[in-house]
Amino acid sequence: MAITVTLPAVLARLADGNKEVSADGATVGEVVDAISTRYPSLSTRIRDEAGQPYPFVVYYLNDEDIRLGSGFDSSVSDGDDLTLVPAIAGG
Amino acid sequence: MTLTATRDQNSSASLPALDADETLRYSRHLLLDEVGIDGQRRIKNARVLLIGAGGLGSPAALYLAAAGVGTLGLVDFDVVDASNLQRQLLHDTADVGRSKIESARDRIKAVNPHVHLEAFDTRFERGNALEILRDFDIVLDGTDNFATRYLTNDAAVLLGKPNSFGCIFRFEGQASVFGAPDGPCYRCLFREPPPAGLVPNCSEAGVLGVLPGLVGTIQAIEALKLILGIGEPLIGRLLLIETLGMNFRTIAVRKDPTCPSCGEPSRGGGTIRDLDDRAGAYSESSCGVPTASTTGSEPVVRNVTAVELAERIGRGEDFDLVDVREPAEWEIARIEGARLVPLATVRQASENWDRNREVVIYCKSGVRSLNAAQQLLDAGFTRVTNVLGGIKSWTADVDPSLRRY
Repeated sequence: MAITVTLPAVLARLADGNKEVSADGATVGEVVDAISTRYPSLSTRIRDEAGQPYPFVVYYLNDEDIRLGSGFDSSVSDGDDLTLVPAIAGG
Repeated sequence: MTLTATRDQNSSASLPALDADETLRYSRHLLLDEVGIDGQRRIKNARVLLIGAGGLGSPAALYLAAAGVGTLGLVDFDVVDASNLQRQLLHDTADVGRSKIESARDRIKAVNPHVHLEAFDTRFERGNALEILRDFDIVLDGTDNFATRYLTNDAAVLLGKPNSFGCIFRFEGQASVFGAPDGPCYRCLFREPPPAGLVPNCSEAGVLGVLPGLVGTIQAIEALKLILGIGEPLIGRLLLIETLGMNFRTIAVRKDPTCPSCGEPSRGGGTIRDLDDRAGAYSESSCGVPTASTTGSEPVVRNVTAVELAERIGRGEDFDLVDVREPAEWEIARIEGARLVPLATVRQASENWDRNREVVIYCKSGVRSLNAAQQLLDAGFTRVTNVLGGIKSWTADVDPSLRRY
């Protein structure tokens, strides 16, 4: 199932500059796997070594925080939007 | 929510009066039904603490001063650097080298002499955070590092002060209001800061100069809305700002009952009860002054100062010197003998390198180089060295002829 993954600038730079990438998977975790494989530099920035979400990157599936659902096990459907929101510190 | 309600000065009679000068100065506010004379008196009665007189703090301070906020607190320990002037409008070219607090004091006084400025020429840290914030109604987070952001959040939650939050990176920003009664806090959204080296900061990644003008101004609007009790503050919402496509989007942020800062003890939350709590993780290392870890016999990233690196180069020692900055930075200044491998390309480029040869890595200030060093260790390199303070330290301590940026 094709999901649109929206990346902010800080992460898009690690995905060949793409702010939107399309990826397949049945769950959020599978989609994250897919983009991690495609963009190795991105992988360490969006999930930890155990493959779990970091506490400083939040995933929104169609505007809903996946922590309120099943986290990386949340199932996704064709056309869903997955937005990554990382903590940034600049001021 | 009306902020002044928290200070027993909510009744119109106890609010400070406006004199004739002020009535004229604030006339465009007085014409707004949502502000009016009572609202302007509320603004005059308000006390707002700004953490940081930099990119975000500049527009916030200027607009809140112009709007007539009676008392502005300003915390900053830094001095004005020429590289600040591209975005930090509190400071002028002639202020380079002055303390930011002194420079800000002059500018704010020029904007509005009715504003009382309480200046704190110090770092906002756990030893003074509660004492400084205690007497203010609202805090406005204009800091530039994770350690102070988490400290500001936790101090605001402990004291029950709303936090008008904003942050920026390159062409993007985020804004919200944290720590309002029943609203989420920063830790509900991002429970912990990233480890050192994982995320570049603005001084390393750059920022469009106008961007903090936009985000800091939004923070000032939110602060005024809280003071006046009007509109819908960004409580429970995170505003995502992306200026290249010029897209604004808000996403919901829920209060987390298990949040270590503002959560409920009965649900395992609220464990940060004071700023000495180790759970707070306010160490400066979280914003990029890393130290090498020592875990067993595994290879670790070794550190070298710029001066030590110069000595090693002088002795003709054998190692690869790798610059992980971007090409634009390389064009401005570089260390002779280095080669450019931008951070995003390190993993791939290093596949062909000799894993047993020492690799010495530098960037601008030592954050990206630590990230690259960790990637090399993960890839099986055994001798990886990080230049502390990067080319900034090199320029300061070894070769002042290089251009600074």
